[in-house]
Amino acid sequence: MDKTLTMAPSVTSATSRLEAGPQGKRPRKVLSSRNIIVYGLLGLAALYYLLPLYVMVVTSLKGMPEIRLGNIFSPPMEITFEPWVKAWAEACTGLNCDGLSRGFWNSVRITIPSVIVSIAIASVNGYALANWRFKGSEVFFTILIVGAFIPYQVMIYPIVIVLREMGLYGTIYGLILVHSIFGMPIQTLLFRNYFVSLPEELFKAARIDGAGFWQIYFRIMLPMSLPIFVVSMILQTTGIWNDFLFGVVFTRPDTYPMTVQLNNIVNSVQGVKEYNVNMAATLLTGAVPLIVYFISGRLFVRGIAAGAVKG
Amino acid sequence: MAAHSQPGRPNQLFRNLNSKIASIPMILTAVVIFLGGTIWTVTYSFTNSKLLPRLNFVGFEQYERLWDTPRWIVSIQNLATYGCLSLIFSLTIGFLLAALMDQKIRFENTFRTIFLYPFALSFIVTGLVWQWLLNPEFGVQSVVRSLGWTSFTFDPLYNSDIVIYGILLAALWQGTGLVMCLMLAGLRGIDEDIWKAARVDGIPMWKTYLFIVIPMMRPVFVTTLVLITSGIVRVYDLVVAQTSGGPGIASDVPAKYVYDYMFFAQNLGQGFAASSMMLLAIAIVIIPWAYLEFGGRKRG
Repeated sequence: MDKTLTMAPSVTSATSRLEAGPQGKRPRKVLSSRNIIVYGLLGLAALYYLLPLYVMVVTSLKGMPEIRLGNIFSPPMEITFEPWVKAWAEACTGLNCDGLSRGFWNSVRITIPSVIVSIAIASVNGYALANWRFKGSEVFFTILIVGAFIPYQVMIYPIVIVLREMGLYGTIYGLILVHSIFGMPIQTLLFRNYFVSLPEELFKAARIDGAGFWQIYFRIMLPMSLPIFVVSMILQTTGIWNDFLFGVVFTRPDTYPMTVQLNNIVNSVQGVKEYNVNMAATLLTGAVPLIVYFISGRLFVRGIAAGAVKG
Repeated sequence: MAAHSQPGRPNQLFRNLNSKIASIPMILTAVVIFLGGTIWTVTYSFTNSKLLPRLNFVGFEQYERLWDTPRWIVSIQNLATYGCLSLIFSLTIGFLLAALMDQKIRFENTFRTIFLYPFALSFIVTGLVWQWLLNPEFGVQSVVRSLGWTSFTFDPLYNSDIVIYGILLAALWQGTGLVMCLMLAGLRGIDEDIWKAARVDGIPMWKTYLFIVIPMMRPVFVTTLVLITSGIVRVYDLVVAQTSGGPGIASDVPAKYVYDYMFFAQNLGQGFAASSMMLLAIAIVIIPWAYLEFGGRKRG
C-alpha cells in the first residue's frame, strides 16, 4: 500500500480513495466489501459535486430572514420565488436596476450568431483541410492549433485596435467576431478530423461525377456530418455563454453578456447583500449551459473528448 | 490527396482556388490575429507605452519594473502554488475517479453526469457559488460551529495566507470531471488482454495500475497535463468572481494583473510585458509537447 502513496504524498483527501484500487476486478456478489468501497467512494464524491448545486437551489428559495438564522444546508421552511423574480427583473448593477434579463437577452443575441458563424466557417475550413489540401494549408492549420494555447491576454490589445479601426469596438458584432476567431482552432480541428474519417471513395466518386468544391460540401459532406455539427454546437454554445473575459473587454455596460452582469450584481459593493437573490441570479446564468448539458448527455462528453484528445 | 497541387504546373495560385477562398478566414485568423497579434504585443512590451501604444523602445525596462513590483511577485507565487496543487490534485482525483468508474459499476452514466456537470458551468458561476459556501458568516464555517465545534475556523476567502486554497477548491470542483472523463477514455483504450495477463501472473490490481496501466496511458496523461496547464495560466474569471483578487492583492494572478494594467492603470507597456511573460510560461510547456506529439510523424 505504501507504494501507491508515493504517487502523491501530500494528498490526504485522496489517499482513502486509493484503497479502492487494489480491489478485485470483476464483481461476484452484490454486497461484497469491494462493491461497498467502490460505491461508497463514488457516492461520497458525488455528494461533493452535488452539494454546491443543492445549496444554490435551497438558498435561492429562502427569504433573507431565514438565511440569517438558519444554516445553508437546511431546506427552506417557506418556499418563496421572490428572489428569482428580483434577480430577473429588479437586481441592480451600479446604474440600472432592470435585473439579469438585459444580460440574458444580450447573451442570446451574442451566442446565437457567434455559434452559427463560427461553425459555418470552421466546417468549411475543416472540409478544405481534409479534402482539398493546398500548399501551405497544413502550415496555417498548425499555427491555428498552436495559437489556441496562446494566453488570450497576449492577443487582446491588438484585437481591440483592429476592432476600433473597423468601428466594431464595444458592439455586439465585435464580440461575435472575437468569438468566431477564438472558436476557430478547436472547431476546425473537430471538423477536419471528422471529414478525414469519412471514406475517401465517396469524395473521389463525386469528383469523377464532376462535382466541385461547394457542390460536394453541400450535397455530400453536410448531410453526412449532422452528429459533428451537434457536437460542435454544444461546445460552442456552452463556451460562448460562459465567456467572461471577452465580454468584459469588448462590450460596454449596456451590451454586457449575462456572466459579466451577474458578476457585477453579486460583487457590487453598494447596498445590503441579498444572498438569495445572488444565488437565484447565479442559477439563472448557469441554467442555459446546464440545460444544454443535461439534454445532450453523451454528446457533450464526446465533444470534449474529441476536442481534447488531439488538441 | 485528391487535389494536391503538383509543382511545375502553370497557374499555381489558381489551382484549387475554391479551397483557398474557403480557407481565408482560417489564414487571416492564424496569421493576422494569432501570429501578428502575438508579435505585436511582444514588440510593444519593449516600449514605454502608457495610455496609447507608442513605438518608443526602452529595452527591458518594463520587464525589470515588472519583476520589481510586489503585486506581480504575489501573482506569480499564487499561480505557482495554484498551478502545482491543481495539477497534482486534478490528475490524482481524476484518475482515481476514473479507476473507480472503470470497475464495471452500475449507474455509470449517472455518476458521469454528476461529476461532469460543473464543467458545463462558467467560472463566474463556480466562483460565486463557492464564495457563498465559504462565507464565514453563513457558510461551511458557521454550519460546523453550530454543530458544537465553536472554535472551528475555515475562512479561506478572508484570510490572505490561504485564500489561494479557497480558489483551488472551487477550481477542482469545476475541472476534475473533465480529467476523469479523459482518464476514463484512456483506461477504456487499454487492451483487455493486458488485464487478463496481469491476472494470470497474479499481479495485484494496484500494481497493475501503477506499473502497467499508468505507463501505458502516458499519452493521455501528457494531453491532460497540457490542457490543465494552459487552463491554469489563463485563470482569471474564477478569481474575479470569487475574491476580486482580494483580500488586498492576496489572490491576484497574472491574467488579472495584465487586464488591470491594460484597461485600468493605463500602463500598456506593463500589461504587454506581463502578458509576454505569460506567453513564455505557456511556451515552456507547449513547445516540448508539440515537438514530441507532432514533430516526429506526419498525419495523412
